[in-house]
Amino acid sequence: MDFKLTEEQEALKKEFEDFFQEVMKDAPPEYGTGGLEGTYKTDEGFQFHMAVAKKLGEKGWLSRAWPKEFGGQGAPLIEQLIFNEAKDKYNAPGVDMFGIGMFAPTLILAANDEQRERLLPPIAKGEVSYCQGWSEPDAGSDLASLTTTAIRNGDHYIVNGQKIWTSGGHKADCMFLLARTNTEEKRGKGLSVFHLKMDLPGIEVRPILYMNGTHIYNEVFFKDVKIPAKDMIGGENEGWQLTRQTMNFERSSIGLFIEGKNRVRDMVNYVKTHKKNGKFLSEDPIVRQKLARLYMELDMGHTLAYKIAFLQEQGGLIFAASAASEAKLFGSELIQRIANYSTEIMGLYGQLTESEWAPLNGVMNEMYTMCMGLNIAGGSTEIQKNIIAWVGLGLPRIR
Amino acid sequence: MNISFSSEQEILRKSVAEFLSKECPGEKVRDIEDSVEGYSAKQWKKIAKLGWMEVILPEVYGGFDDPFMNIIIIMEEIGKAAFPSPFFSTVILGGYTILEGGSENQKKDLLKKMAEGKLLLSLAQHEDDPGYLEAAINMQATLSGDEYVLNGTKMFVMDANIADKLIVAAKTDEGTTLLLVDAKAPGITCTIIPSIGMDNCCEVIFADVKVPVKDTIGEPGKGWEILEKVMLKASIAKSAEMVGGCKASIDLTAFYAKNRVQYGQPIGGYQAIQHYMADMLMYYDISSNYLYKVAWMIDEGMDCSTEASALKAQVNEYYKFISERGVQIHGGVGTSREFDIGLYYRRAKAFEYTCGDSDHHIELVAKAIGL
Ligand SMILES: Cc1cc2nc3c(=O)[nH]c(=O)nc-3n(C[C@H](O)[C@H](O)[C@H](O)COP(=O)(O)OP(=O)(O)OC[C@H]3O[C@@H](n4cnc5c(N)ncnc54)[C@H](O)[C@@H]3O)c2cc1C
Repeated sequence: MDFKLTEEQEALKKEFEDFFQEVMKDAPPEYGTGGLEGTYKTDEGFQFHMAVAKKLGEKGWLSRAWPKEFGGQGAPLIEQLIFNEAKDKYNAPGVDMFGIGMFAPTLILAANDEQRERLLPPIAKGEVSYCQGWSEPDAGSDLASLTTTAIRNGDHYIVNGQKIWTSGGHKADCMFLLARTNTEEKRGKGLSVFHLKMDLPGIEVRPILYMNGTHIYNEVFFKDVKIPAKDMIGGENEGWQLTRQTMNFERSSIGLFIEGKNRVRDMVNYVKTHKKNGKFLSEDPIVRQKLARLYMELDMGHTLAYKIAFLQEQGGLIFAASAASEAKLFGSELIQRIANYSTEIMGLYGQLTESEWAPLNGVMNEMYTMCMGLNIAGGSTEIQKNIIAWVGLGLPRIR
Repeated sequence: MNISFSSEQEILRKSVAEFLSKECPGEKVRDIEDSVEGYSAKQWKKIAKLGWMEVILPEVYGGFDDPFMNIIIIMEEIGKAAFPSPFFSTVILGGYTILEGGSENQKKDLLKKMAEGKLLLSLAQHEDDPGYLEAAINMQATLSGDEYVLNGTKMFVMDANIADKLIVAAKTDEGTTLLLVDAKAPGITCTIIPSIGMDNCCEVIFADVKVPVKDTIGEPGKGWEILEKVMLKASIAKSAEMVGGCKASIDLTAFYAKNRVQYGQPIGGYQAIQHYMADMLMYYDISSNYLYKVAWMIDEGMDCSTEASALKAQVNEYYKFISERGVQIHGGVGTSREFDIGLYYRRAKAFEYTCGDSDHHIELVAKAIGL
């Protein structure tokens, strides 16, 4: 049993941390504490994100984990975890969760040589941003039931339909799209993956505002949009299998635990400097209990994240599928508790959003609304529990 | 980083598990619980022969310099089997106290007997106003010539009824002092108090009990220092036992849920049940992984008092949650004495108090994070 990082890994960690610490000195106030909202909410935040992406690209850090033949360094997964941990410690942007996190692995897995040569380098250099065109109004958790069609017509596919909840759709250069290429087939059969540019004629992006008024996600409408056939990734009608494998990347949810630790540290400082009924909040046993508990849970989740990276490295995601769902479930519910307790502890001030009046500039309040997105996106709490029950416990699947 | 057990450790786990499933199935656990002694002397001899007691011992005292992780493995398996025995009292609390505080002679003599299965120990710490801090120790040991005279009552003394020696924490002029007391010494009255663990929870009354000064463990006044060191390891070991109990509860419940049919379906197919069980597995995986990390820190000589507190406080809650859901999913049979799940439900509550309850550990963590 050994939980230690090697000396090289420690050195790498330091190198990453130094970099992000330096980079974050240039963060504009609009970027706030990062996350989807920091990246997509304002132009300033997005520009900062892309500027950091470029720097990361120059260092070759965006593609570190890719195999050498695709321009990466073949870095082991654990180093990716170390990288992500360092990045999240400083709430830094620069890693496109869609381009780097999902589409690049898809390309590596299934694209042909021409596509890899054309599409991977801009991602590696941090020059291009992606959005994810999966969910539809009637296909959420049950993604395989989606109905947006892409019908072959000569050397093009003609796309018609609607996507929804497309995060960053209003900022991204490109989308990876999951659409139905065979309308005779049902569910997983008959779906294909496409790469497309967001400025193609016939694409319309309409904002949907998050409940706190920020602009993160969108509806995307397709009306006779022509996608060159060469932009289909993987085989026709093989998109569902491919999409499922795309999830096989770093799945430790480390970011949730690091973000949580950052916020709990903020709250420890807060309660030591703020009074209620003439006494520092830090003297209130209930406050102490709540924060200590959160810290303990975070440390346990943080430790599990490492275990997941270890398991994934040993045997791929299949090895860690249940644990990865457990970490996502535990982490997102934990973030929710942090947001709730923190805004409780703040008393009336807990209701204030970003402003000079708001404690911690409204971070905890923003978290209180944003955390619900975490519970739903990327496989809802309930879907994670289904996976744990089926995969982790072998309980029967009744249809 | 290599978060896995060595093959020797896997073998150790397997051998402990096999012994317990053969020698101490649920039926036997209930029999032992119902017995006056609350343990089986026959089993005790066997596990001594198998060398379980030696796992904590350095080579000089007849052990093998095993890593702390190995005792964690044993404790997990004990927890899985809900094995009722004085192992925790004797080996963990008693053994570590002697290792930490005992004189060379005491170590040689007592640890050898312990390893042979010929010495049962019991720690008398708590009193009728119990707590987990030194302030809760108030029983007086008055010096008279070359003897201490003990008067007062100790409570929640586990396995005092079967112990050969008691380790009594008492107040001398110097402060808290640990005394090794013959359990059958004149003036001692031991009574078993009924408890949810159906274990050997005892009240021990001391009336002018005389203890030779030479039977002090460690220097007078240094008792609490010793106990703190012991409690660190003991709380992790107890957490391991509880984590083992979590695992057994989940396995039992998953098995039951796959086989119990209602409305034409196994109840494990119903999502309400699946989601309870998903939470149970999540908490177990998080706990066991953290347990190994903390135990590893001990083996590395790292300071892990905060982590150990986090572990115990959280496992207190998770074991209760997992065993409670376990009973719920079993339905009526889960509430019966006949079904094993109830063993774990009761132990989760009993062990919650051992080596610090949640409030105690949460406060330690609160201090550690700067509150
Ligand atoms: C902030 C945010 C950002 C997002 N970004 C993107 C994006 O960039 N691209 C994209 O494609 N999508 C995105 N999504 C969409 C997200 O993937 C979906 O919201 C998610 O898959 C759930 O689908 P749904 O909203 O249709 O809810 P539904 O699937 O309708 O679920 C509604 C409720 O029913 C429950 N439920 C559904 N099925 C089951 C079941 N089998 N068992 C038990 N309970 C069930 C769910 O858990 C949920 O509680 C985003 C969502 C959010 C909130």
